[in-house]
Amino acid sequence: MDIKVVNINKSFNGQKVLDNISMTFKSGNITCIMGASGIGKTTLAYIMMGLLKADSGNIIGLQGKKIAAVFQEDRLIEHWDAVKNIMLVCRRDFTKDYIHKNLKELGLSDYENKPVSSLSGGMRRRVAIARALLSDYDVLIMDEPFKGLDFELKKQVIDYVVKMTKGKTVIIITHDKDEVDLLHAGLITMESKKAEAGGDRD
Amino acid sequence: MENMEKGIEGKKNVNRIRRYITRLLVFIFWISVWEAACKIIDQELFLPSPESVLLAIIDLAKTSGFWRSIFNSFIRIIIGFSMGVITGAILAVFSYKSRLIYELISPFMKIIKSTPVASFIILALVWISSKNLSVLISFLMAMPISFSNLLYGLKSTDEKLLEMAKVFRMGRWKRIKAIYFPAVLPFLVSAVSVGLGFSFKSGIAAEVIGRPSNSIGLNLYEAKLYLMIKELFAWTAVIIIISVLFEKIVVRTIRHYGSNTGNTDKP
Repeated sequence: MDIKVVNINKSFNGQKVLDNISMTFKSGNITCIMGASGIGKTTLAYIMMGLLKADSGNIIGLQGKKIAAVFQEDRLIEHWDAVKNIMLVCRRDFTKDYIHKNLKELGLSDYENKPVSSLSGGMRRRVAIARALLSDYDVLIMDEPFKGLDFELKKQVIDYVVKMTKGKTVIIITHDKDEVDLLHAGLITMESKKAEAGGDRD
Repeated sequence: MENMEKGIEGKKNVNRIRRYITRLLVFIFWISVWEAACKIIDQELFLPSPESVLLAIIDLAKTSGFWRSIFNSFIRIIIGFSMGVITGAILAVFSYKSRLIYELISPFMKIIKSTPVASFIILALVWISSKNLSVLISFLMAMPISFSNLLYGLKSTDEKLLEMAKVFRMGRWKRIKAIYFPAVLPFLVSAVSVGLGFSFKSGIAAEVIGRPSNSIGLNLYEAKLYLMIKELFAWTAVIIIISVLFEKIVVRTIRHYGSNTGNTDKP
C-alpha cells in the first residue's frame, strides 16, 4: 500500500513550517525528497516517524507499519561497539555472524568491537545505516544518510542500501541529486512549504 | 596502532603510581602535623599521639565486643542507607514520569534535607527503639540525596536517543540498559558516595544519643564519659576507615558494572 501524505500542516510558535503538504510514496520503492534547507523535510520525516504530531492532515498507509530510521545525527549508544548498537534493535533471527558479515560489507569489520565514540564520522554513519537496515521494519526513513561519506564510499554504501531494501518502502531526504541517481529512486521536490507530488522509481 | 595503545597504557600506569605516591605523601604530611601538634600540646588527655591511637585500636581489636559493635552498627547503617537509596530511586523514577508526583514529593524531600539531624534523632527516639534508630536516620540521610541525584540523572537522559528508541520500538528493559542506566550511573555513584558519608556520620550520632547496646555509638559515648580520649580517637578512626572502605567498594562495584553497560563519567 502506498503511503499518502494528505494536507499536512505544522507550525512551531506560530511559524508555519509545513503548509498543506501532500505527497505519495510508492510502496516497495525508494523515494527521495529534495528541497532547500529549512523547508520542512525533517519535520515531515518526524511526523511520519510519529515523533511529532501534525496540526492537521493525515498520513495514510503507515498505520501498523514498523518504521526504522537513520536520523540526521547518528544517535548511537556512544560507549557501545557497533555490534552491540545493532543488536539492540536488530531482527531476532539475525545472528552475530550475519551482523559481522554486514559490517564487513560496509568496511567496518576492523572496527566493530570498538566503542562507536572512537570511530570517525563516516564510520559512525555507516553503523547508523546498518542498524536501521538490520532492524525489523516495513518502512525506512533516512534523513541525509550519506552525509560525510566520500564519493567512492557513498557509492558502496548506496549499493548496499539498494540491495538490502529490495521490496521495502524507503524514504530518503537528501540535498544531492547524484544520490538520487545512484539510488535509482523516485524524486519529490519540496520547492516551498507547500508541495504536492508523487515519487516513482525511475 | 598497537604501539600507540601500549604507550597510552604505560602513561596511565605512570600516572596511577604518581597518584598513589602523592596520596601517601599527603597522608604522611597530615600524620606529621598531628604528631607535631601532640608534641606542642604535650597532653595525652587533650590530644593523644598517632602511635597511642594506633595502639588503642590494636587493643580494642583484641576484644570480641569491638567486632560485635562494628558489625551491629555497620549492618544497621547499611540497611538504612540501602533502603534510602532504593526508596529515593523509586521516588525519582515516579517523579520523572509524573509532574504531579514530583510536586507531591518535592516539599517532603526539602523538609527532610533541611531538618537538623538532632531533631530527627530526638523525634525518632519517641517513635522507635534505640536499636533501630540508626537504621531510620541513615535511611533519612540517604533517601533525599538518592532522590535528587537520580532525578537529575533521569532528566539529563539524551532526548534524541529516547526518540531513536521510540522509532525502533525498543522494549523497556533495553531502554533502561542502553539509555537510562548509563545516563543515571554517574549520578548514582555521586549519590552513593555522598549518601554513605552522611549515613555513617548521622547513624553513629543517632547511636551516641540512643545508646543501643553493642554499638560503636555506645562505645564512643562511654569513651567520652570516662575521658578515654585515646579510645575516642580510636573509635573515630575506625568509623572513618569503615566508611571510606565501604564507599570505595560500593563505588568501584557500580563503576565496574557501569563499564560493562556504558558511561562511567563523573557528573
